[in-house]
Amino acid sequence: MDGLIAALGLGPTLDLLALEPPGWGGNLLRGLANSLQIALGAFGLGLLIGLFGAYGKLYGGPVLRDLLAVYTTVVRAVPELILILILYFAVTDAVNQLLVSLGYDRIQISGVAAGIAVLGVVQGAYATEVLRGAIMAVPAGQIEAARAMGMPPVMLARRITLPASFGFALPGLANLWLIATKDTALLAVVGFAELTLETRQAAGTTKAYFTFFLAAGALYLAVTLVSGWLFGRAERWARRGEATASGSGR
Amino acid sequence: MLAPHRLAMLAVALGFVAWCALSLRWEWLPEYFPLLLEGLWRTIWILVVTVVLGMALAIPLGLAQAAGPWYLAAPARVFCTVIRGTPLLLQLWLLYYGLGSLFPQFPWIRQSELWPILRQAWPYAVLALTLSFAGYEGEIMRGAFKGVPRGQLEAAKAMGMPRLTILRRIWLPQAIQRALPTLGGETVLQLKATPLVATITVIDIYAVSSRVRQDTFIVYEPLLLLALVYMAIAGLIVLAFRWLERRVPQRVA
Amino acid sequence: MKTTLLAIAATFVLGSAAFAEPVKIGIAAEPYPPFASPDASGNWTGWEIDMINAVCAAAEMECAITPVAWDGIIPSLTSGQIDVIMASMSITEERKQTIDFSDKYYNTPALVATATGSGITPDAAGLDGKIIGVQTATTHADYAAKHFAGTAAEVKLYQTQDEAFQDLAAGRIDATQADSIAVDAFLASETGKACCESVGAVAADAEILGAGVGAGVRKGETELLEKINAGIAKVIADGTYDAISAPYFASSIYGG
Repeated sequence: MDGLIAALGLGPTLDLLALEPPGWGGNLLRGLANSLQIALGAFGLGLLIGLFGAYGKLYGGPVLRDLLAVYTTVVRAVPELILILILYFAVTDAVNQLLVSLGYDRIQISGVAAGIAVLGVVQGAYATEVLRGAIMAVPAGQIEAARAMGMPPVMLARRITLPASFGFALPGLANLWLIATKDTALLAVVGFAELTLETRQAAGTTKAYFTFFLAAGALYLAVTLVSGWLFGRAERWARRGEATASGSGR
Repeated sequence: MLAPHRLAMLAVALGFVAWCALSLRWEWLPEYFPLLLEGLWRTIWILVVTVVLGMALAIPLGLAQAAGPWYLAAPARVFCTVIRGTPLLLQLWLLYYGLGSLFPQFPWIRQSELWPILRQAWPYAVLALTLSFAGYEGEIMRGAFKGVPRGQLEAAKAMGMPRLTILRRIWLPQAIQRALPTLGGETVLQLKATPLVATITVIDIYAVSSRVRQDTFIVYEPLLLLALVYMAIAGLIVLAFRWLERRVPQRVA
Repeated sequence: MKTTLLAIAATFVLGSAAFAEPVKIGIAAEPYPPFASPDASGNWTGWEIDMINAVCAAAEMECAITPVAWDGIIPSLTSGQIDVIMASMSITEERKQTIDFSDKYYNTPALVATATGSGITPDAAGLDGKIIGVQTATTHADYAAKHFAGTAAEVKLYQTQDEAFQDLAAGRIDATQADSIAVDAFLASETGKACCESVGAVAADAEILGAGVGAGVRKGETELLEKINAGIAKVIADGTYDAISAPYFASSIYGG
């Protein structure tokens, strides 16, 4: 193994990537942990916003539906980078100005919280559409039957709509998760210490740009492949017992 | 006539726009207007060029995965997976700074004909965005190619139509027809990816707003204007694709 | 029993006063040797980091070093994400309109670096038709825009200075203007030694290049500013400044 590495000339490269200092591998993994932390938080927040948004769009009044339409349209039309910058500075600025004007002290909003809030708002718009489509795919007869039996709306959602729509939502949600993990890279532009920024700093300090960017790419790819496999299993479990779809095109 | 609640919301929106126009700081606009136009032009031509080139690359990628032999399908699959599995920002920096770090090791590059192009930043931006678009569209075209009814292709083959003609007359048009609704959304996504090129010194409209922020310390107004411009461009793209879809018959036999 | 409870309560009240939030000192989240650069274990090291720690110790403040992106560092300060900027930011009249500055803690000239043997001189005539790269939102970017934009072929704006140095080594730009210490550090590195040289300082322009480097605080934070100024004065007076500078620089960078 060592001989093979030496023969391929990879010795210095692997030294740079080593987990212990002076190798930068530990830094990269710390950045990856940060990225995943934010992605999970943003995905969860997005799901929550999406749930309320989907119900609002389906069952809400006309004003609520229009407001949600404006929200989803704006988020889907404006680049994430712009939204991240606006929200990152505007949210902390607005909160602090409010507190100061009310006579309280400024609070410190941690970078993680700001990142999760920003990406969560962006994810929420897409999640609204995904969950709305999934809820609409639940056979209407089931919902009507439950209503006819006098089931209260929250129990209806909890027992029938959400479990049934889960299978339909999964492909869209898998996509959203991958978008969340890749969007964390944009936080590098505001200086948050996630994987892409750690990579650029490591590359800038050691001048080994190719090595570190390829290593970061491999890490992101690993996350994507593992996530894809996990979501595939979740989808198979959610669709257990369903009749298999006939082959396309015949 | 619009419903009353829509009228009220429209009034609120116009009021908000009027308040923005009057009370926020816009004195930087006249000075930076030419730069804004230049940035807007660059954003638009980068978008158009990368979408066209990306589609041109995506069609063979999709075809290779749908119908090609394993030695063409596997690399295409790997390419699409890698592109879709890594952030665009990383791909952009890898191409620009990664390749740039190799230049000092090969001094003969500076003497070659390509050097004036390799020196500048926009070729790397176009390359990265094209490869990114091709990766995502390759996956979509794969599904589109597979979705065309096999019966049509078999009938054409039975009639003795050469393979290239089948592709040109039957398979490709129908695949594009299937993919068209998604392509509009994907083009908007590509528009949203263009601001990233500002990180490799390409002056697009986002870079201009950053420049305004550095020179004047005004943070929100340039970003708000930018958001408005992107929304307008996205709206135009959606309208253009809707017009295109109306021109193309939707019902497939 | 009663006195014990009273004592415990008093400890909590007095203790909570000591549990104040640390002051967030913002630095640029990029390698900027020898002032501040990340090392492989995730810590930041450099002259400026040592200076920050010394000033905080002298001012008896608890500080937390917070890296933020350079081109968003002033909005980060004004929106409250950080409390102080100590990121080699020059004191200029233009910046003073938005934030307040402490006394300076170093002052060094601006140098232009080019490829070895390029024959470029650090003025408008020497950069005629050349491409110069600078870091965005710096006094060097303003200087290049004012003095070189007329003759230079292009003024490229980079997010970080080390990217500008990298492109200089790659040959994408013909020259870059930066702080003399940063240029010296680059030219002492392997990449810098192999490719490039310094062609001297740019002509003075105090209005643009500023009056030295100081710490930035939000407007109106007079108490914090006084603490920092006291800390800087103490660090210089009791010799800590020279002790910190000795491993990095041959002579003092406090400047005139």
